[in-house]
Amino acid sequence: MKASFRSLMGAAVLAAAMLHAGGAAAEKTIKFIPEADLKSLDPIWTTAYITRNHGYMVYDTLFATDAKFQVRPQMVDTYQVSADKLTWTFTLRDGLKFSDGQPVRSADCIASIERWAKRDVLGQKLGELTESWTAVNDKTFKLKLKKPFAFVLEALGKPSSNVPFIMPERVAKTDAFTQITDPIGSGPFMMVKSEWVPGSKVVYVKNPYYRPRSEPPSWAAGGKVVKVDRVEWLYIPDSATAANAINAGEVDWWQQLPPDLIPVLAANKDIKIENTDPLGSIGILRFNHLQPPFNNPKMREALLYVVNQQDYAIGIAGSPKNGHPCYSFYTCGTPLASELGAGPLKGKRDFDKAKALIKEAGYKGEKIVVLDATDQPIVHAQALITLELLKKLGLNAELASSDWGTLITRRASKEPVDKGGWSIFHTWFVGPDMTTPALNAPLRASGADAWFGWPSDPKIEALRNQWFAAADPAAAKTLAEQIQAEAFKSVPYIPTAQFIIPTAYRTDLSGILVSPIPLMWNVEKK
Amino acid sequence: MLGYFLRRLLATIPVMGVVALFVFSLLYLSPGDPAAIIAGDLATPADIARIRTKLGLDEPYFERFGHWLAALAHGDLGTSIFTGLPVAHLIAQRVEPTVALTVCTLIVTVLLAVPLGVLAAWKAGGWVDRAVMAFSVLGFSLPVFVFAYLLIMLFAMKLGWLPVQGYRPIEDGFWPFLRHLVLPSVALGTVYMALIARITRATMLDVLAQDYIRTAHAKGLAPGEVLVGHALKNASVPIVTVIGIGVTLLISGVVVTETVFAIPGIGRLTVDAILRRDYPIIQAVTLIFSAAYVIINLLVDLSYTVLDPRIRY
Repeated sequence: MKASFRSLMGAAVLAAAMLHAGGAAAEKTIKFIPEADLKSLDPIWTTAYITRNHGYMVYDTLFATDAKFQVRPQMVDTYQVSADKLTWTFTLRDGLKFSDGQPVRSADCIASIERWAKRDVLGQKLGELTESWTAVNDKTFKLKLKKPFAFVLEALGKPSSNVPFIMPERVAKTDAFTQITDPIGSGPFMMVKSEWVPGSKVVYVKNPYYRPRSEPPSWAAGGKVVKVDRVEWLYIPDSATAANAINAGEVDWWQQLPPDLIPVLAANKDIKIENTDPLGSIGILRFNHLQPPFNNPKMREALLYVVNQQDYAIGIAGSPKNGHPCYSFYTCGTPLASELGAGPLKGKRDFDKAKALIKEAGYKGEKIVVLDATDQPIVHAQALITLELLKKLGLNAELASSDWGTLITRRASKEPVDKGGWSIFHTWFVGPDMTTPALNAPLRASGADAWFGWPSDPKIEALRNQWFAAADPAAAKTLAEQIQAEAFKSVPYIPTAQFIIPTAYRTDLSGILVSPIPLMWNVEKK
Repeated sequence: MLGYFLRRLLATIPVMGVVALFVFSLLYLSPGDPAAIIAGDLATPADIARIRTKLGLDEPYFERFGHWLAALAHGDLGTSIFTGLPVAHLIAQRVEPTVALTVCTLIVTVLLAVPLGVLAAWKAGGWVDRAVMAFSVLGFSLPVFVFAYLLIMLFAMKLGWLPVQGYRPIEDGFWPFLRHLVLPSVALGTVYMALIARITRATMLDVLAQDYIRTAHAKGLAPGEVLVGHALKNASVPIVTVIGIGVTLLISGVVVTETVFAIPGIGRLTVDAILRRDYPIIQAVTLIFSAAYVIINLLVDLSYTVLDPRIRY
C-alpha cells in the first residue's frame, strides 16, 4: 500500500513537472489566412491551388525546382541515367518516413508517380513514354522509357498543379479519379484531421518523422526545416474581417492581401507587406474558337491591337507596383519568356487597325457574350475592361454576370451564344503553370480536346511535340519561341497582365520564403 | 392537447417531403457543375466528365432522387462531394456555433427589447418613447454587416475589449465562449430588437387602454404590478408570436453575421455549399432548417395555451 502511495505521488510529481516544462516552452503556432478554403485533401484529384498548398505541407517530392529553375533531388539521394537515356535509376535518402512512422519505400514512390501520371499534363506525357517502373529494392527504383525524354526531371520536380507528391502506396493505389481522404504523407507537417473544420480551419503540426535535407531552402527544394509547433489555416472569407484580424494580432499571416486594403494595413508598423511571389499570376482573355465571331482569326487578331496590358494590370492589382505587362505566352521572369512575335500586343494601341481587321473579318454584328464571375475580383475586373474595349470597337457585346460556379459550367458549352454558349471568358493562372509549352494549358491548340475555347492550330501542336522531343535546352527554347510566334498569329488567347497579390504578416514572423507557393517551413515566430 | 401535438408532428412529414422534392428539383435544374469546380481551372473537359461519372452526377433525375431518398430513409444524409466527409459530421461540427449565436442573440434581444417596448408604451409620447422608436427605426434601417463593422471598429479595434472574429466552443471556458459571441449577437440582434420593441409597444398601448387596466389602477395596484402582472401578460401572445418568427428569421440572418465574424456555423456551411454546388450539404441543411421552422412554430402555438388559458387545442 505504502509503495503504491509512493508510486502515485511520484507519478503526480512527474506529471506536474511535465506540465511545467510544457508551459515553460510555450507552443508556437502560426495563424495563417489562406487564399481559399481547403475543400479537398487530394492534390492529384484536383488542380485547385489551395489543395496543392496543402500538399506541400504534408507531402514531399522526389525532386523539386529551386529559385534558379534548376531541378534538384529532394527525397531522392542520387540518380543515374543510362547512356542511351532510356533507364533512370533513383535511390532514396536514408531514413525517410511517412507521418505515421512507416518507412518510405520504392513501392510508395512508384504508386504515387503512376497515379499522378494519370492526371497531370506533364505526367501523362511521361506516362506515354514509360515502359515500366520497377522497384530494385526498398530504396532504389528504376524508370524504363520507350524513347528518351528530356523532361523527366522537370516532370518529377514540377512545382505546381498537379505536383507529383509521394504518398503511401496504400493511398496512392486509389483510382486517380477518386478522391483520397487519408492525409498521411511524407512532408514536413502532418495534418490533424480531427481538428479539420471544412470552411473554417485546418490544423497542421510538425511531422516528428520528417528528415529535412541539409541544404538551405530554395522554393520547394532544399531543407524543409519546421521552426514552429503548429500551423492553423483559418479561412476568413470576408476581407475586411481578415484585415481587422491581422491588425488586431489575432492572426499572423494573410496570404493574399486585396489591393484596396494595402493602405489600411500599411499604416500598422507591426505588419509587413511584401511581394514574396516572384512569378505572380497571369491573367488571360480566352476566346471561343468554335463560334462566331471569334472563330475568325482576324477577329482575335483585332483584339491583340487594342488590349492594353497596363489597364488590366492596374484593374486587377490596383497599382503598377503589383502588376505589369508581360508580352509573352510564357511567364515573364522564367527561362522561356520572350517577346518574339508580340508586336501587335506590345506596340501602340491601334483602334483603327483593329477596326480594319474587324471589317476584313466580315463581322455582321453577331452578339458577343463575355462571361463574368462577380465573386472573383480578378475575373470581374478583366471582364469589365474587355467589355469596354469591345464597345469602343463598336462590337455588339454584352456581359453575362454570374458566380464562378456558373461560369465554369457555361464555358464548357460549345453551343452558339443564343443557346447558352459564350464568346469570351477570363481567368488567371499562377506563374509556374505557364512557364513551358507542356504546362501552359490554354496554349494547347488541339481542337475539340483542347482546354475550354477549343482552339485548333496543327502547327502549334506539331511544334509542341517537337519541343517534347528536343535534345537539349537550347533546342527546346528555339521551339518554344516558334510556338509563341505561331500563337501570336492564331491567338488561342491573349495574356492580359502579370500581377502579384502581396502577402501581409506580423513582424514577429521571420523566415518567410520567397516562392510562388506559400511555404510554411523555415518560418519562425518570436 | 397531446393529440394535437402528435398531429402537428406527423404533419411535418409531408411538409419535409415537399421540401425535399422542391430542393432536389431546384438544384438539379440550377446551373453549375461540382465536377468542374472540383477538377480546378486546369482540368480538361475529359477529366471533368470522368469525375462527374465517378460522383454519379450524370445519373438521370429519378435515379439520383431515388438514391438520395433511399439513403435519407436510412438516416444517411450523404457525403460531401468536395471533402468526402459525411454531411452529418459536417453539420454536427457547425451546429454548436449557430445554436450558441442564435440563443445568445435571442436572450440579448428579448431581455432588452421587451422592457424597452413596455417602457415606451408606459411613457407614450414622452422622450423615452421617442428614443425607443428612434432606436427601432435605426435598427431596421442599418444593415447587419454595417453595424457589425462599426461594432468591430469600436469594441475590438479601438478599445480592444472583444475579439474581431472567430468562435470558441464552450468547453474552452465560459468567458472565452461568451467574449466571442457578444459582438455577433448584438449585431445580429439589433434588427430583431427593433422589431420586438415596436410590437411590444404597440400591443402594450392597446392593452393599457383597456377597462380592466383602468380598474386595476383604481383598485390602487402599484404601476409596476399593473404593467407586468396585467398588461404585459395579456399582451404576451402577439409578442411571443413575433419572437417565434424572429427565431426563424435569425436562422437565415446568421449567414451574414457568421461571415463577417468568421464563425464556422451552419449559415456559412450553406453558403459555401451553394457556391461550390455541394448538393448533399445543401439538401440536408435545407431539410433541417425546414424541420426547425416547423418545430419552432409548433412550440409557439403550444406556448399560447400557457400564456392564455382560454386557448385550447
